[in-house]
Amino acid sequence: MNVDGVSTGIVLDHIQAGKSMEIYKLLKLDELDCSVAIIQNAVSTKYGRKDIIKIDERIELDMDVLGYVDPNITINLVKDGKLELKTHLELPETLTNVLECKNPRCITSVEQGAKQRFYLADKEKKIYRCAYCDVEHENK
Amino acid sequence: MGIKENEVRNLIKITDLSVEEIDELIGIANDIIADPEAYIDICHGKIMATLFFEPSTRTRLSFTSAMMSLGGQVLGFSEAASSSAAKGESVSDTVRTVGAYSDIIAMRHPKEGAPLIASERTTVPIINAGDGGHFHPTQTLTDLLTISEVKGHLGDMTIGLCGDLCFGRTVHSLIEAMMRYENVRFVLISPRELRIPKYMRELMDSNGAEWKEVERMEDVMSELDILYMTRVQRERFFNEEDYVRLKDSYILDMDKLADAKEDLAILHPLPRVNEIAVEVDDDPRAKYFDQVLYGRYIRMALILRLLGIK
Repeated sequence: MNVDGVSTGIVLDHIQAGKSMEIYKLLKLDELDCSVAIIQNAVSTKYGRKDIIKIDERIELDMDVLGYVDPNITINLVKDGKLELKTHLELPETLTNVLECKNPRCITSVEQGAKQRFYLADKEKKIYRCAYCDVEHENK
Repeated sequence: MGIKENEVRNLIKITDLSVEEIDELIGIANDIIADPEAYIDICHGKIMATLFFEPSTRTRLSFTSAMMSLGGQVLGFSEAASSSAAKGESVSDTVRTVGAYSDIIAMRHPKEGAPLIASERTTVPIINAGDGGHFHPTQTLTDLLTISEVKGHLGDMTIGLCGDLCFGRTVHSLIEAMMRYENVRFVLISPRELRIPKYMRELMDSNGAEWKEVERMEDVMSELDILYMTRVQRERFFNEEDYVRLKDSYILDMDKLADAKEDLAILHPLPRVNEIAVEVDDDPRAKYFDQVLYGRYIRMALILRLLGIK
């Protein structure tokens, strides 16, 4: 399969295979006017299989979202066909309006305009807790 | 969120305060105890708002008494029904408004994290006076001052915590606070159903705390320097049989104190129902009514510190 390289834009590489659509939605890439290519299940020497997203424009990326969904992603910033900057992600220490607290006893369940703030409680186990009630966020 | 220079001063949870900051508060409380007359007018012209979105007469009166003892004035409400919250006003809007009327706010709310939201919406210092089953840091400060006063120090002791260790937030906060002092050993006395939660065990282990669990207080009474009693509620038990079997183990009376040390100190966050027999009240080791008085002194110290007066 052949997908043109990016001349000036962003390549999100080493996305865990199967996660590219989740990132596409979270970063709201569907709202962009430029070309966006999603490559799923590509061969990776590092991880076996991976997804790649190519964005044909230099946009502002929400690093917190990316780091939370997949801290192994590599961000390549490309300018005039050349790699300008390569960035590796890690789990963000805090997340704002990325996760939602499900604790009905938490103030964020009733307070209008309250931000959903979480903090990284355990890096090894990837546990985030609500900054207001300290209840652990459960995936799914 | 701790008490530091040049930042908004709030107390949301006990670990907002470093050991040094707690020592400072205890120092101020000691000065007040030694010479209360010197403090009688120190908060003249200052106003404390007590916003109690759920009733707690004891805690509210303690804050009121503390502020009045410093010469300040107090306004507020004692239940959500008598505030704009009943009309659907948010916590944010309430504190923004009350912040214009007061210099410091003590707040109790049934929702967890409400005082933290409040602290983000006003420049007036916020004291968490209890947010649901979450935190109640001034109770822990009260416990620490009491232990410090009756023992003369906060390390080198064995603390027995007895009763409902699963849902009792005062117990969890006290362990978190005491874990930071040298050579403190915890003896956790509870029925199996009400044992301390897993995250607290993990916390104690990761901090290298020495602790053990038992079911009967009689078995460990002679080891204890502090006995912190809490209430075992009937409705917490899964079946009546277990309740009947265990309930007497969690009622402290003079017989159970037979093997206790001469200088044991018995504490209880109050209100008591029947978990300490009335006969124990006359024993010099019963310190739970002294604890109430220390609660007033430590709140006075906290108000002074948060207002930047001390």
